[in-house]
Amino acid sequence: MEDVLIDIENLNFEYGTKANKIAALENINIKIEKGEFVCLLGPSGCGKSTLLKIIAGYLQPTTGTCKMKGESIQGPDWNRGVVFQSPTLYPWMNLKDNVEFGPKMRGVSEDEIHEISAHYLEEVKLTGFEDKWIFELSGGMKQRAEIARALANHPEVILMDEPFGALDALTRVDMQGLIREIWQKNDTTIFMITHDIDEALSLGTKVLVMSDRPGKILKEFKVDFTHKIFRDDSRHRKYDQQYFDIKDEIIDLIHSQD
Amino acid sequence: MKKRGFTTEKIITAVTWLLILLGWYLITNLKMVSSTLVPSPQKVVTTFLAILQNGYNKISIWSHLWASFERLFLALGLAVATGIPLGLLSGYFSKVKAVIDSIVEFYRPLPPLAYYTLLVLWLGIDNTSKVTLLYLAGFAPIYIACVSAVNNIKQDYILSAKSLGANQKQIFFKIVLPACLPEIFIGLRTAVGISYTTLVAAEMVAATSGIGWMVLDASNFLKSDVIFVGILLMGASGILIDAILRFIEKRVVFWKGFV
Repeated sequence: MEDVLIDIENLNFEYGTKANKIAALENINIKIEKGEFVCLLGPSGCGKSTLLKIIAGYLQPTTGTCKMKGESIQGPDWNRGVVFQSPTLYPWMNLKDNVEFGPKMRGVSEDEIHEISAHYLEEVKLTGFEDKWIFELSGGMKQRAEIARALANHPEVILMDEPFGALDALTRVDMQGLIREIWQKNDTTIFMITHDIDEALSLGTKVLVMSDRPGKILKEFKVDFTHKIFRDDSRHRKYDQQYFDIKDEIIDLIHSQD
Repeated sequence: MKKRGFTTEKIITAVTWLLILLGWYLITNLKMVSSTLVPSPQKVVTTFLAILQNGYNKISIWSHLWASFERLFLALGLAVATGIPLGLLSGYFSKVKAVIDSIVEFYRPLPPLAYYTLLVLWLGIDNTSKVTLLYLAGFAPIYIACVSAVNNIKQDYILSAKSLGANQKQIFFKIVLPACLPEIFIGLRTAVGISYTTLVAAEMVAATSGIGWMVLDASNFLKSDVIFVGILLMGASGILIDAILRFIEKRVVFWKGFV
């Protein structure tokens, strides 16, 4: 079990005052292994983002544990990169400075920083836009820049909170292709929240389905459509019957709670 | 975004001012009011040129202006140097805010001239009391703007910086400070406006130089043309200062409005 990167055990999370407690997450048990692409799927307001914030270290669990490599997560640090739903690029810096922010803060050498930013800007196809201000970029470009900024730190896991939720459908498909490519090339570990079943199935190696509040993990699917569907490196998808069976099962799972 | 060039609104503004000038010209030149009370535009212009050449009360107009601006800039410099750090700290640490906030809230609504008399008693009639008065007037808006700027900062900026490996100090200087700049500038411009009005009032109460003093002195001798020149100078320099600040603001927080 040494490949387990994030280990969540019996985690509960409540918020609100003592008199008026609201349970957001209930008895969550998740293991994220190195190299996995875990997609957390669930209806809005079910506590998906809360779980991501706990893994990131922004929130502490009420009971239970959330560990990274055996050590309890105390607060945010650069080993867990976060990509927010709406980009949080800093408007007072240009694109390059945004991407270089993490390594700069950590005191990485100048030469290495330039190498890193050039590499990841190329990876997210933003080469040539280095000197642009954030407000000059389109929505898709901003989200790509945000991903490059997270990657620049070489984090052990990247946490993404509905990263493509605010993008239009065409850009979203592009971005899904890009993130799959980045994941495969860099051998990174990704934990992504989404409410799009197709997105989860076509990207994830593990799909977790979460219930309505209080959020519980209803079922875990081990899938490999991310390799199967796009095996021939094209954007054309080849769905098979199993894909639709699982998709139907997830839809039934989510609707069974109403 | 603002429209550039000659918009209808700009033409209306220009016509309004032309009509005011025309009205002024007609009323005074047709002798509808006493020229002791309302000088004609020509008289104001000649007085202005005379003051430019010979000064007022044997002191050149530039010395008067400089006397005023020296007080203003000294006080504003102090207000910026203390108001920004204290305001940001108050926004950051609620215990600092607990100390400073109530004091600021107490003196802020007081008319400056009410406590100016005390300052004159304590610090004397020369520049110290005036600079202190202007400092107090300018401090409050800068401080308040900074507190609110920190409270309004997008939390995701700070969280993302933490996840990117920035420490507290780096977050303060690389994230909090720049993110607060737009509101700091608003506070600064308000501070300049308030300090400037207070300055003129202060010079009218107790001074021997400065543009405000010049107006007061002129009124003692019923020199209404000098009063007019003084008022026009105050208005023009007020607009000029604000224009300079807006120019700097555009350069520094060029990204404002795109967030």
